[in-house]
Amino acid sequence: MPIRRILIANRGEIAVRVIRSCRQLGLETVLAVSDADRDSLGARLADRTLCIGPAPASLSYLKPEIIVQAALGSDADAIHPGYGFLSERADLARLCEDESIVFIGPTSAQIEAVGDKLKARAEAEAAGVPTAPGGAVARVEEAVALGRRIGAPLLVKAVGGGGGRGMKRVDDLADLPAAVSMAAAEAGAAFGDERVYLERFVARGRHIEVQVLGDGNGEVIHLGERDCSVQRRYQKLIEETPAPGLSEALRAEIREAGVRYAKRLAYRGAGTVEFLVDVERQAFYFLEMNARIQVEHPVTELATGVDLVAEQIAVADGNGLSLSQSDVEVSGCAVECRINAEDPACEFRPTPGTVRLAEWPSGEGLRVDTHIVTGAAVPPYYDSLLAKVIAHGPDRATALERLRQGLRRTLIEGVATNIGFHLAVLDDPEFQAGGVDTGYLARFLDRADPPSEA
Amino acid sequence: MSLTSKDVAEIMRMLEASGFDSLTLEMDGVKLELNRSGATTPAVQARAPAPSPSPTLAPAHAHAQPSAAPAPAEAGLVEVTAPLLGIFYRTPRPGEPPFVEVGAKVQPQTVIGIIEVMKLMNSVSAGVCGEVVEVLAPSGVMVEYGQVLVRIRPEA
Repeated sequence: MPIRRILIANRGEIAVRVIRSCRQLGLETVLAVSDADRDSLGARLADRTLCIGPAPASLSYLKPEIIVQAALGSDADAIHPGYGFLSERADLARLCEDESIVFIGPTSAQIEAVGDKLKARAEAEAAGVPTAPGGAVARVEEAVALGRRIGAPLLVKAVGGGGGRGMKRVDDLADLPAAVSMAAAEAGAAFGDERVYLERFVARGRHIEVQVLGDGNGEVIHLGERDCSVQRRYQKLIEETPAPGLSEALRAEIREAGVRYAKRLAYRGAGTVEFLVDVERQAFYFLEMNARIQVEHPVTELATGVDLVAEQIAVADGNGLSLSQSDVEVSGCAVECRINAEDPACEFRPTPGTVRLAEWPSGEGLRVDTHIVTGAAVPPYYDSLLAKVIAHGPDRATALERLRQGLRRTLIEGVATNIGFHLAVLDDPEFQAGGVDTGYLARFLDRADPPSEA
Repeated sequence: MSLTSKDVAEIMRMLEASGFDSLTLEMDGVKLELNRSGATTPAVQARAPAPSPSPTLAPAHAHAQPSAAPAPAEAGLVEVTAPLLGIFYRTPRPGEPPFVEVGAKVQPQTVIGIIEVMKLMNSVSAGVCGEVVEVLAPSGVMVEYGQVLVRIRPEA
């Protein structure tokens, strides 16, 4: 039976984004909201709103059984999980499978395969996708032997970690046994999983990821790559496509590796295969796969003209992919800035509150994905993302100039934002030259505000 | 610089979209005072049910209006709201009499209904001593978090 009503189990800008595609497809929307989001823009745009619980996410957006009950009770045929929250929780996908609700995403087995770092790494090896030298270590003696083979510096990573959490850098192999013991104990406490593995530390790395779409039967295409190297404490701030300054051979290899990985899983829906590009060695290693739509998907949409949310829905509906690899063309450049309610002057502290005034820019090549309008609340319970301002142009310089003009015309009052910080980065010659590594933003911050000697 | 009629219209739109009721602007010897007509603070009221389906974007303040709220309740009543989203049942089993009817005397721990979430039954208790004066939620229908299930006149 074709999908006609979708329950959206998310909030903020992605809820609004999914509603937009649903409307274009003529699909009805039911938005699951917490008590804090009853008056959000998404709640006003959705055909129906259901309050699923109190403001804290652990009591609302993170409750799979409540979400599925809400879908059943509102006669929704499908659930779109957005990103974050339950999007990569195999138990929600499995509940949907049990209740014959379409989960707009991969299968529960695929979520499990990529959610476990060691399984994901093993799949990469099986798919012939390069991984950083390293591997699992069950005992300290094993770690010492493997550490000698990899060489220092290296990273001790928690199997259950991710996004920068549960990682330790070891510069001297003499420190390795202590670091492994400590990392295992910390991982057990933080993730309920003591397993750790070792990986070579890449001194200068770029975060480059491949957007893929799979039909679930082994057909997989890519929609180019995104460079997300501008990060602060592993939080992405600026993303762009295509990745600047990459040799065409390396670019093609990375894209093919992403497709190979997803093909190995017979991946269903939209996903992203993340790689670390070792700048000095001109090599790349598999990092992880994100089994969901990503925050930064609009840069790919602007450069390819493909509506990724619509593709997700089409695949979930059993219609397969609407395009083949030869139909995909990455045209020009697109760059995105994540506008957060945080104060760069106070160590990027979140600044929840009420937005007194919100004016977003429009213009040639500009796109703004947001749930923030004048009067909107920024509750303290969730992440601080206010909007994504994305600019597209025939070349990178034009895209950057449009982005700069767009940010200058943006007016947000009532909460502090990082717009000024973005403008400073966009004006920085090193960023303008393109191809910065993941250590760039920390260096930029040190330059702008050198640690005091006093 | 002075204000054109276009500027004033723009400012009025901004006020309309804001959470404020009045605005005073003084510049270059011009004073503009705007008041939202009939601006009153909506009375504190029971949690309204989900907004009715609306394909268009309603202005922000429309949702503060007690439009879809149930008929105004008698003052001093205590509302028992759904502690979670799920299917509300007034009876312990199909065919059995309801947990409570209008007129029933309840204690804080008296069960007034159950809410089913994916086959898990959660009982809802009255929370106060008093008399049930109204049962709002029908049996077998999904209720949202915070939705009013029954109203109770507390014992003095």
